[in-house]
This record gives sequence, structure tokens and C-alpha cells, in this order.
Amino acid sequence: MKILVCIKQVPDMESKFKVNPEGTWYDNVDLAWRMNEYDEYAVEQAVQLKGQVGDADLTVFSIGPNRVKETMKKALAMGCDHGVHVADDDSYQKDPFQIASIIAGFAKDKGFDLIFTGMQSQDRGSAQVGVLVAELLNLPCISTIVDFAYLDGKVSVKRELEGGGRALVSCNAPVLVTCQLGLNVPRYPTLPNIMKAKKKEILSIEVAELLNVTARQETSKLYFPEKKGGGLVLEGDAGDLADQLIKILRDKTSVLA
Amino acid sequence: MKVLLVAEYREGKLLGSTYELVAFAEKINARTAMFLVGTESVLPQYDGTLYLADSNKVGEFNPTLHKQLLLDVIAREQPQMVVFSHSSYGWDLAPRISLALGAAQISEVVDVVDGVPVVPVCNAKLRRQIKSNTDLTVVTLQAGAFGLSNDPVGTPTVEKISTDVVSQVEFSGYEAAEAGGVDLSKATVIVSAGRGIAKPENLAIIEGLAHALGGEYGASRPVVDSDWAEHSRQVGTTGQTVSPKLYVACGISGAIQHLAGMKKSEFVVAINTDKDAPIGEVADVLVVNDLKTFVPILTEKLNSL
Repeated sequence: MKILVCIKQVPDMESKFKVNPEGTWYDNVDLAWRMNEYDEYAVEQAVQLKGQVGDADLTVFSIGPNRVKETMKKALAMGCDHGVHVADDDSYQKDPFQIASIIAGFAKDKGFDLIFTGMQSQDRGSAQVGVLVAELLNLPCISTIVDFAYLDGKVSVKRELEGGGRALVSCNAPVLVTCQLGLNVPRYPTLPNIMKAKKKEILSIEVAELLNVTARQETSKLYFPEKKGGGLVLEGDAGDLADQLIKILRDKTSVLA
Repeated sequence: MKVLLVAEYREGKLLGSTYELVAFAEKINARTAMFLVGTESVLPQYDGTLYLADSNKVGEFNPTLHKQLLLDVIAREQPQMVVFSHSSYGWDLAPRISLALGAAQISEVVDVVDGVPVVPVCNAKLRRQIKSNTDLTVVTLQAGAFGLSNDPVGTPTVEKISTDVVSQVEFSGYEAAEAGGVDLSKATVIVSAGRGIAKPENLAIIEGLAHALGGEYGASRPVVDSDWAEHSRQVGTTGQTVSPKLYVACGISGAIQHLAGMKKSEFVVAINTDKDAPIGEVADVLVVNDLKTFVPILTEKLNSL
């Protein structure tokens, strides 16, 4: 079985963001980078599937500048066999259609039985790329899965719906699934596996070899939202803050009455 | 401008988000037609052409068939924009349509400024205006971002549609949300734990404050996904929608899915180390402090009142 998992490196969402000088994206200096949270579930599910079927080859794929290899190493330490890195310093400027085209351009003649992606990224959050890749490859796609089972070539999943219900969907491989938070419990790489991952191969491909389409949309402006007025911000010593808050709760609510 | 609105229907019910699509069209002064896979017994209150496929034949969830039906309607109507909800239905179907028609897709639109759609970036910490480079544009709308000022009225002109395309996937029904557990919707005070509690043992701190305030404790999605709290305590889009007198968000950044579940609370206190966390946008009071330090002190003071 051949399995592909696509991951993205994103900034830690707790970071102090700044707008770049062009005003089109966040400034990428002084940020801590990590694996897109949704993709951690995708990697974990791919590794579990490999463990289940035994005879499987699991490739982790990512697009971006050189630093994304650090995030790929985490996926390798979690259990992926090898990596494919598409080198692109300007990946942040590509639209979802271009990103999906790059992935599909790589995957189209490889015969993957299962492709896992996150359902969206934490920074751009378009929720498009996984579905687009499947459509470009003419594969069935089941998005937003919170439960996954594989048996005899058939994938059975649960799709998460608003309100907490789930849709039960199945389909024969090859298929692409996009992974929602809570699908599984992503493992922490162990030290021996981190050491082993250092020896695993990461193949680099120049983006120009895979990208032959232009963007269908562009960012005209990136900015901070205006703060809602009225909210009181309290800072200082925790004990003083507690006293202030209790007074506010007495004045503005009836819960301490 | 002419737009096609893709309404949503599940388990025999028209979803309320359908009227958010109408509100969006009104905001941009567009003429509309509507698409729905549903049944004739449950029609939207809408004056206009409704292209209706029978969900009993097509299935409520079936991307292959819904895509083909929608492409047929788009060919007839020739809209400049196709509008979905940014929901499990919309974000699944929209990319299939945008790719088939070579259209730009702009996801999770929260506003339109000077005709340009605005979307959130980085967990809603930033906003982005996006320009489409294609004649047809597909958009998905964030839940709750657009609303009608009046109750919807009208009767659609129904145009029945069907398809004989073969499905790629098999949809076999629904599994209901987990029942039982705590009914947070009845609590007058809710103290919720977010990722900021850092480890499951710290949930006791949140429970302690909830107890001191005579309320229940809730949780955000990451806490439930980590199995630190049961699902019935989850507040948000896929959990419970609550409107207590007091909501205390501890270490919760404020993802839109969480805000959707608690923004009707009468009074909101947020406790967060990050002054810029989006939860600050809905909080009446933001206490910038580490919940692990602050909450035990607050609880002790409340208990000795």
C-alpha cells in the first residue's frame, strides 16, 4: 500500500503577529513554527494505517522554504518513511488552487492508495486544498473526518457535522480524506524515533517543476481587526486583579447576590 | 450582479444558515436564485427561483451528485457568484464547484468592504481582503456573519432538477451527537477551560471556580479532544450553545467555533495571558494573567466572601 500525507508548517497561533511591509501577509520573522494542528491528526492516522496493514510505504509531503524540513522531521519521527519537500520560498503567496496543483502534480503518477490531509490550515484556513487535490486527481474525497477505519480496500469514516452529529460515509480506495481535530490522539515522537528520523531521506523538488498554473485570487490587504469597544482590560498583580474582578461582578452581574 | 445561493438541508430540515446567504446577497445588492437538495414539504421562505432536487433520491450528503446538479443549474443561471455556508456541507462542495468551473474560491467570508470579501487569518487574529481574478467567484460565508434584519418571507418558484450521475461514495446515514451528561444550557454561570490549562490535572482549578460561583464548568474543543473533559461539556459549534448570566473563559483563545457557542452570554470574563487573543473581542472584562495563578486566588477570595 502506498500512503501520502500532506502537511503544512504554520506559525504558533499564540505568536505576536506583525503585518509584512507589503501589507499582504504576516511577517515571517521572529515566529515559532510548528506542524499545522489538523495535519498532526492526518500524520497520526497515516502512521496507524501503516501499522495496521504492515506492508506500506508512507510519504510525507510539504511545500515551503527550507525551514519546513524541521516540521517534516517530526512527521518522520512519528513514523513516516520518507519525505518529499517542494522548495518554495514564496509558498505563502500561492493560492489554494496553486498549492493543490503542486501536490496533484507530484501525486498524479505515483499510485497512492490513501492520501491524508488536514481539513484546513490554522493560518490561511481555506479548507480547500485537500478537496481540490482529490478533484484534480479524479479521486473520491471525504472531508472533515473524525473517525477512520480501513478494511479490505474499503475506507469507512465519520464526517463531523455542526451540532455534534456525524455522517457515516464509506468508499473504496484510492481515496483522499481530510482530517478534523479529535480524529485520534497524535503521538509524541520518542527520542529513539527522533534519532532514527534524522537518517530518513527528504527528497527536494523545485516548485517550478510542479507548478504550471497561475493564481485565481490574491490578497489585496492584510490587517488587524478593530477591537470591539467597551471591553475592559485588567493587568497587574493577581491578588489585586481578583479584588477588582469581584467588584465588577458585584456591580454588573447578579451572580454574587 | 447575479448570485446563486446554495441552501442547506439536513435530516428533513432546512438549515437556518440558508437565510444568511439571502442576507449576504442583500448586502451586496445582488439578484438571486437558490439551489437546494431537499424536499417540497420544507421550502425556504424566499421569493425567487428555487432549483430543487429530491433528497430522498439524491441523498442529503452526496458530493458527486450534488456537484453535478449544481453545475447544471450554474450552466442555466450563469451567475457571477456562487454562495455557500462555510459549513461541513459548504466547505466540502464549494472547492469541487470552483475547480470544475475554473473559479476562485474565497473561504469563510465575514464581511464585504467596498465590494471586496474579508476573511479571517491565523485563528481570527488577522483579517484579509481577497480579490478574485476570475469571472465567476465561489464564496463560503462564516456562520453568523450575515443576518437578515427581518423575518424571511416569500414563496419560491420551484424548478425540479435531477441527475443520473453515479456516486463515488456511499452515505449510509447519521449518528446522533452523544446524548446525556451535563446540560450546560440551563447553567446561570459557566466557567470554561481552554488549552491554557495545559494539563488535565488543572481542570480541578476550573471546577473549583465554577463551584465557588455556583455554576458548571465547560470546556473548549481542544480540552475535549484531549479527553480531559467529556463531550457534553464542550461549548461551541459542535458542542453546546449557551447563554448564561456569566461566562468565564479560562485560557481560551477564542476560535470562531467557540465564540459561536457562547457569544450570547450576558457577561463575559476572559482570563488569558495573550492580550491579543480573539476572545478579547467578545469579553466584557479581559484579565491578562496566567489562569493557573489567577484562578486559585480568585476562587479563594470568592469562597471567603
